[in-house]
Amino acid sequence: MSTVASPEELYCHNVLRPGNTNCAGCGMSIGLRWLDEALDGEKPTMVIPACCGIVTAGAFPTTAFGVPTAASTFASAAAVASGISNVYELNGESNVVVCWTGDGGTYDIGVATLSAAAERNENVLYICYDNEIYGNTGGQRSSATPEGVVTSTTPKGKSERKKDMMAIMAGHRIPYAATLSVAHRDDFLRKIRTARKTSGFRFLLMLSPCPTGWKSDPEESIDLISYAVRSGLFPLYEIFDGIRYRLNERPDGMPVEEYVTRQRRYTKVPTDVAPLKSYIEDQWRYLDAMAKAFPADGGVNPCHRIPSEDHDRKGE
Amino acid sequence: MARAMETGNHTAGYALAVAGEANRDARGCVCGAYPITPQSEIIEFLRGFVFTKGCVVPVESEHSAMAVCIGASLAGARTFTASSANGLAYMAENIFAAGFYRLPVVLIAVNRTLGPPWNIWVDQGDSLMLRDAALLQFYAESHQDLVDTILVAFRVGEDERVLLPVLVALDGFVTSHTQMVVDLPEQELVDRYLPHCKIPHRLRGDHPTTIGGLTWPRETEHHRIEIQEAMERVPQVLTEALDEFEQVFGRRPHGALSAEHTDDADMVLIACNTMARTLRNVVNTRRSKGERIGMIKSKMFRPFPREELLAAVSNAKRIGVLDRNHSPGSGGIFWQEVATTLQPCPDVIVQDYLVGLGGGDVTPRFIDEIIDDLASRDKAGKPVWKEVAV
Repeated sequence: MSTVASPEELYCHNVLRPGNTNCAGCGMSIGLRWLDEALDGEKPTMVIPACCGIVTAGAFPTTAFGVPTAASTFASAAAVASGISNVYELNGESNVVVCWTGDGGTYDIGVATLSAAAERNENVLYICYDNEIYGNTGGQRSSATPEGVVTSTTPKGKSERKKDMMAIMAGHRIPYAATLSVAHRDDFLRKIRTARKTSGFRFLLMLSPCPTGWKSDPEESIDLISYAVRSGLFPLYEIFDGIRYRLNERPDGMPVEEYVTRQRRYTKVPTDVAPLKSYIEDQWRYLDAMAKAFPADGGVNPCHRIPSEDHDRKGE
Repeated sequence: MARAMETGNHTAGYALAVAGEANRDARGCVCGAYPITPQSEIIEFLRGFVFTKGCVVPVESEHSAMAVCIGASLAGARTFTASSANGLAYMAENIFAAGFYRLPVVLIAVNRTLGPPWNIWVDQGDSLMLRDAALLQFYAESHQDLVDTILVAFRVGEDERVLLPVLVALDGFVTSHTQMVVDLPEQELVDRYLPHCKIPHRLRGDHPTTIGGLTWPRETEHHRIEIQEAMERVPQVLTEALDEFEQVFGRRPHGALSAEHTDDADMVLIACNTMARTLRNVVNTRRSKGERIGMIKSKMFRPFPREELLAAVSNAKRIGVLDRNHSPGSGGIFWQEVATTLQPCPDVIVQDYLVGLGGGDVTPRFIDEIIDDLASRDKAGKPVWKEVAV
């Protein structure tokens, strides 16, 4: 049975069409296609700042994007999207306005613009594809780069922890924030649909595998994200109104070494995974405390199997 | 026509509001708003105005104020904002972007000294810093000139032959915070004057395009050539906009450049904004004493009206340029334009005077001294710093 899509099926994808310039194994390609699928035929208006996301389109006059797309200046995505969404609202148009940005444009240069748009609760769906690096400029550190990772500007490994962008966005008390995994398709689609149904500012954070920057095998991209979730390094969760937490998956005991040893950016690993383990521990202590104190619908996600805490798959 | 006693800032705010309101039956209007002295009252005025179909978005920076205008314009709305000094510097990246996107955002610049050190008084170095953006620039002499020029700015910038952002400058405090009697045009007349804003390349679901993506050198050259051609069409579009203005409002605002008494003048002084008013008084006084002296009010800086200037100074032997700005390592920025324009006339003395920098008062006595200096010259020298007379 063939699983290869026909040209018609490929071209019917509104957002990302064939012929784009993304690297093999890029998480953004999967993210854009699933965004498309979850919007069920609706055409979003996209705002993409200077990042790999706009290179994806290719050079004028061709474009891989089948939807209206504005390439904004680096720090301006959320403000340009605010302008667009205000005009749509004035004209009674319901088109969803999507910011599609990397971690550089989200965590760093665009953070003031993002914060202000979130504080104004603009009707914008903001999606960050986080590859934990300035990929488009050749792989320099960002504040999303995890501790210990070697980049072209942290040749001895980054000495600081990754910035907690979800906590920052939760602090804005926006209606909806969630993390996305390209290894969890149903969860991904459900969260996009939840975000689409919610009005106001919505923030989605996707851990986006980058074989070029992570120095990993393109065919392992999805496995890597699966390991990041299962080891607890990248938790899947949702935050409603910035305060009510829902945890979607618990770590299943997968050792974080499975994740890091398949990438050559963690050069100190596996000799020293202690910083990552303590990062995971702190992160889960924080999330568990929040989910216990402020549970969304009892903290149980009806769409997902929640493994019990003693379920240990190490031996499998 | 409602005659009122208004500050420059409220005059500008009113002009933006009625222009925005005039697009209520089309896609509405949007203003990205962020305060800075001495501009703040403009955005405060706009935040208090009740638009039928429009909104003023209170953003976190000038950079985002222009970004909101860019987004709203890409979605088809009429757009405007205002800033000063370091606010314009911070906004600059997106001003360039608006020009390159070919979006007719109207930007009010209340001229103020760039810092640090911090100085809130008038100096045109802030808007002139933007001279290499794809941006039309007008300098308003009075409150009436301001309201009229803002309406003309929408008409010219949004014209399909132009489609570029337009900056309208006024002097910080000297104009922004003083009151003058001004005719504030009624909405009905503004509705008649301003056609609905149409952005032909706006984002549309039924015709998806990617705006602002990657280009190669060849496409970039074409893009720049198109902008240059649009700039070259401005004089014609401006003339039509002024003709129409006269028909609707019954008065004609000044054009790109106004030459006064230049026909018989062998000495001509050039200035803009409120300095031009002071200069006019001095020139008229000296002419009444028999001196053959004239003046030019330089209102449009971009595109620079080279042909009009050459025609206006065809009899002049000496030209003095008053620059309330300073380009370090060169001199005054208006002077650079005038000197380049006067290249075909090597015998004409073109002398630069740097005056009123950082908000120093440019008084009649001051201008008298400049005229005396110019009259005594047999060749041009380095730019002359006329420091504030104590």
